[in-house]
Amino acid sequence: MTVSDDRGGVGSPTVTELPNAVTIATEEGRLLAERLADSGRHARRLLEVRNLSTQFVTDQGVVHAVDDVSFELDYGETLGLVGESGCGKSVTALSLTRLVATPPGRIVSGEIIFDGIDILKLSEEEMRLLRGRKIGFIFQDPMTSLNPTLPIGFQIAESARLHLGLSRKAADDRTAELLAKVGIPRARERMGDYPHQFSGGMRQRVMIAIALACDPMLLLADEPTTALDVTIQAQILDLIRSLSAEFGTAVILITHDLGIAAGMCNRINVMYAGRIVETGMVDDIFEQPKMPYAWGLLDSLPRLDEERGARLRTIEGLPPDLVNPGPECRFSPRCKYVHDRCRVEEPELSAREGEGHLARCFGTEPGGWIK
Amino acid sequence: MSAMATDSSTNLVQVDHLKVHFPILSGIFQRESGRVRAVDDISFEIHKGETFGLVGESGCGKSTTGRAVIRLRNPTDGRVLFDGTDLMSLSRNDLRKTRRRMQIIFQDPYSSLNPRMTVGSIISEPLETHNLVSGKARLERVRELLALVGLNPLYTNRYPHEFSGGQRQRIGVARALAVEPEFIVCDEPISALDVSIQAQVLNLLVDLREKFGLTYLFIAHDLSVVRHISDRVGVMYLGKLVEVGPPDAIYETPGHPYTRALLSAVPIPDPKAERRRKRVILTGDVPSPANPPDGCRFHTRCWLYERLGRPEQCRTQDPELRVVATDHRAACHFAEEALQSDVGVAVAGEGGMRRGTPDSATVGLAAEHAATTAAATAAAAAPADGASTTTTGNGGDAGG
Repeated sequence: MTVSDDRGGVGSPTVTELPNAVTIATEEGRLLAERLADSGRHARRLLEVRNLSTQFVTDQGVVHAVDDVSFELDYGETLGLVGESGCGKSVTALSLTRLVATPPGRIVSGEIIFDGIDILKLSEEEMRLLRGRKIGFIFQDPMTSLNPTLPIGFQIAESARLHLGLSRKAADDRTAELLAKVGIPRARERMGDYPHQFSGGMRQRVMIAIALACDPMLLLADEPTTALDVTIQAQILDLIRSLSAEFGTAVILITHDLGIAAGMCNRINVMYAGRIVETGMVDDIFEQPKMPYAWGLLDSLPRLDEERGARLRTIEGLPPDLVNPGPECRFSPRCKYVHDRCRVEEPELSAREGEGHLARCFGTEPGGWIK
Repeated sequence: MSAMATDSSTNLVQVDHLKVHFPILSGIFQRESGRVRAVDDISFEIHKGETFGLVGESGCGKSTTGRAVIRLRNPTDGRVLFDGTDLMSLSRNDLRKTRRRMQIIFQDPYSSLNPRMTVGSIISEPLETHNLVSGKARLERVRELLALVGLNPLYTNRYPHEFSGGQRQRIGVARALAVEPEFIVCDEPISALDVSIQAQVLNLLVDLREKFGLTYLFIAHDLSVVRHISDRVGVMYLGKLVEVGPPDAIYETPGHPYTRALLSAVPIPDPKAERRRKRVILTGDVPSPANPPDGCRFHTRCWLYERLGRPEQCRTQDPELRVVATDHRAACHFAEEALQSDVGVAVAGEGGMRRGTPDSATVGLAAEHAATTAAATAAAAAPADGASTTTTGNGGDAGG
């Protein structure tokens, strides 16, 4: 299915005017508009991603950044997307909100069903109803994601006023309340301050306040603490954990840090070279990983809670080029357990022991050569 | 491996009351209106053949210390003895000669290599500066160095952009090794790299240390990495060294509340251990080094200070680094209480958590390896297979 210019193919959709003047043009959009103020559940799961592929056109060729990725997310659940740079975890998150820069990027196929609505069928305008309202974001670098020329109070209130139609006064009250919630002291006084007057950790708190301003159902946190020091990282993670529990917000946490994923997530998707290579409950992924890349990553980390001095077991080589990936298992060139079959055929995600535990590896399949 | 003796004759580097302050200039006349006390009166020593790890958060002064130790930055006060010689007393010429014995590896493998120079000229530049090897022998040496750090020796004519981050960091290591130094300052050498690549570079640094008997000052913010590589560890906070000791002491019985807080903030890749841990989450940010708090610099964020009912001493007296156990010093008035606490420490092996590769897989792999080697020797060499093994063996080859 091609998505780029597909508007849902609906005959004569109802055109509804919304407080922030968005024209509803599609059937899915009408559904979304109806459900905006309603925070109830409209589907079995909050998010179902099916066969999502996102590509980028570059001078070197078409990069298959996200290649046929499917996963699900329950209401209120925290899911980790884990992997190294270039594995497609951030592009997956951008695709979920259709923020992939086009061109050069493009969602070429797939379905993203958010609370029962296929968001790839929404018009660009309708998409804006969703972003910030139902889906909040936190990015890695709080300095570049805040506007340096506007007071932070304005930036938080902006989304509350736009999406919730609050008056200036009501939006200010909500802003003060949110700032206090994310742990910024003297919140009322600080609403007029600019981003540069805050430290990195404080800016990330402001970002969280913006993300939660409209009480979204899903929070996308893309490496939210990578730019921060460990003690500040602990503060921010703690904040995300407690606020998502308080508001019942589902979280997709994108991180390269397996330690963070272990402490924050209910479930984990391990990504490699544009593919999900293993998925499962957090304990299963860490205790009985079934994909050599997943356990290789765990091997390469020095840990605080183990004997010192042991040599680190590394994964040799580099991740593959995602221009024209071959038919083989994408990890096979770096895999110690590789068999001939892995070099000609890519395994599907298949079930392993444990709830929802899937892995993409011939070797660990029942009857495979890795015990 | 690690230096056992502690008498001063085995010290390769000795840092005495080192201070590095940066003036804050303001107004049209650029008058000094204040000072950033980046490093404020710290002392430590690095034994020959030892790896001394320096950890702390950004702005704590660890990198400035690293630079002052090899006099890339002139200290405001205090001195640095390298092999018994005061670096500040050296003439330009003598300093250059001494510099041959100490090198640095930088954090960012992208900005620390000149994009207009080939890898060959990057690595041979220090040889040229110090008049070490010339002519044909120089190229030989460069190739040897490339092989040493796990890169293809034929890559001398390539440019830095043709390499990945991990490979660039290997080039940085080769450049540092070119002059056969005794001492290398590793300033966050792996923090810009991906996890699987970090382990490769870390193993390389360990191998080179064993091979050449190198002494490292290893600066990093990642406590797990420092624990892995160091023989002794120093913890810095706001320009001060707050704790020094062997890793077992620092990581298992820390005597400074900051060290405990720092440890408790490190996530452990084990969901069960994460759920079990006792954490203290520090409130607030690190104060500005231009205007550090009076008394103990950590008291504004200290959990122990709160727990002890805010003793006045912490607000008024700057604690000295003092011995709290064998080879273990901490700068806290209440180090004894901190030692007793169980905050932050991650206990080894609790719950028998397996890390990474399942044991059965390792056993299976060994068996299979034995079988294939036997088969391969029997069938002589299969050319296609041989080629693929050499490319992966190089610690990753350049793409493009």
